[in-house]
Amino acid sequence: MPLGLYGSEVSSRFLLGTARYPSPAMLEEAIREAGVDIVTVSLRRESLGIDGTQKGSGQAFWSLIRETGARILPNTAGCHSVREAVTTAHMAREVMGTNWIKLEVIADDMALNPDVFGLVEAARILTEEGFSVFPYTTADLGVGERLLQAGCQVLMPWAAPIGSGQGLSDINALKAYRQHFATTTLIIDAGIGRPSQAADAMEMGYDAVLLNSAVARAGDPVLMARAFALAIEAGRAAYKADPIEPYLGAMPSSPLTGMASLS
Amino acid sequence: MIRVNGEPHILVSSVSVLLKELGLDKATVATALNGVFVPSAKRDTALLKSGDEVEILAPMQGG
Repeated sequence: MPLGLYGSEVSSRFLLGTARYPSPAMLEEAIREAGVDIVTVSLRRESLGIDGTQKGSGQAFWSLIRETGARILPNTAGCHSVREAVTTAHMAREVMGTNWIKLEVIADDMALNPDVFGLVEAARILTEEGFSVFPYTTADLGVGERLLQAGCQVLMPWAAPIGSGQGLSDINALKAYRQHFATTTLIIDAGIGRPSQAADAMEMGYDAVLLNSAVARAGDPVLMARAFALAIEAGRAAYKADPIEPYLGAMPSSPLTGMASLS
Repeated sequence: MIRVNGEPHILVSSVSVLLKELGLDKATVATALNGVFVPSAKRDTALLKSGDEVEILAPMQGG
């Protein structure tokens, strides 16, 4: 069953970031190997070639991304204020031709945690302007409610700090989040380190997983991209298949009736 | 003088002239002047004066 996002449908539930790969070729191969439909892209200063650096490096990156055919989810990574995030969203919309925006308003440079107050405010402004906002948030229920009130149709709680690879650091909070926002599209964003953690999130009923570092910084990013794709697909299938609940004790798998009398 | 992406640059008349001079007039870039977004349709009329700060941004690797 496809994943619905603001009126669009995609088949892959794996959203992949495009930063920190050893080479552009490896990024391209990872995108293809993972079969992702959506990639995240940031907006940064174009190199002007003034100081001897290669001119127009963003142009080469952009054509590589376009050639993959993936849908673009621009982000506002690194923005610390509502104004900065909103302006970045405006610029991203023009330059990347989409009203989708992965909204990040960062509170602290070390923790890279969301400034949830700024996030809600920026989400409200951008939604009113016609953007489809994908907010990078915490697993706080109250903030999630405010984001929905601001017009978000998707929520993206973090699993752990960005790039940390810690996995689902507060699994009970994430379970409660899924339960509370039963009908909202929920995407785990940030903190995933291993495919098993992504599978766990999907088994809990999360609709998709967004990650970057766990693939890009792996020893073999292309193979890791495939591993995550398999895990996310497996986790989703397991969720749909309605797993059994844990039971304190044993329950025989083989039937007891018809046992031979051999003692 | 003005600053372009944080680097000093000689003053030119407008954002569109600046992009042409930098060879980026046909590039996939978005522009801002003193922190305010300048849509591509308004680059001709975005006139520059000494001390202005121009940002020329492009899609880049991001998570």
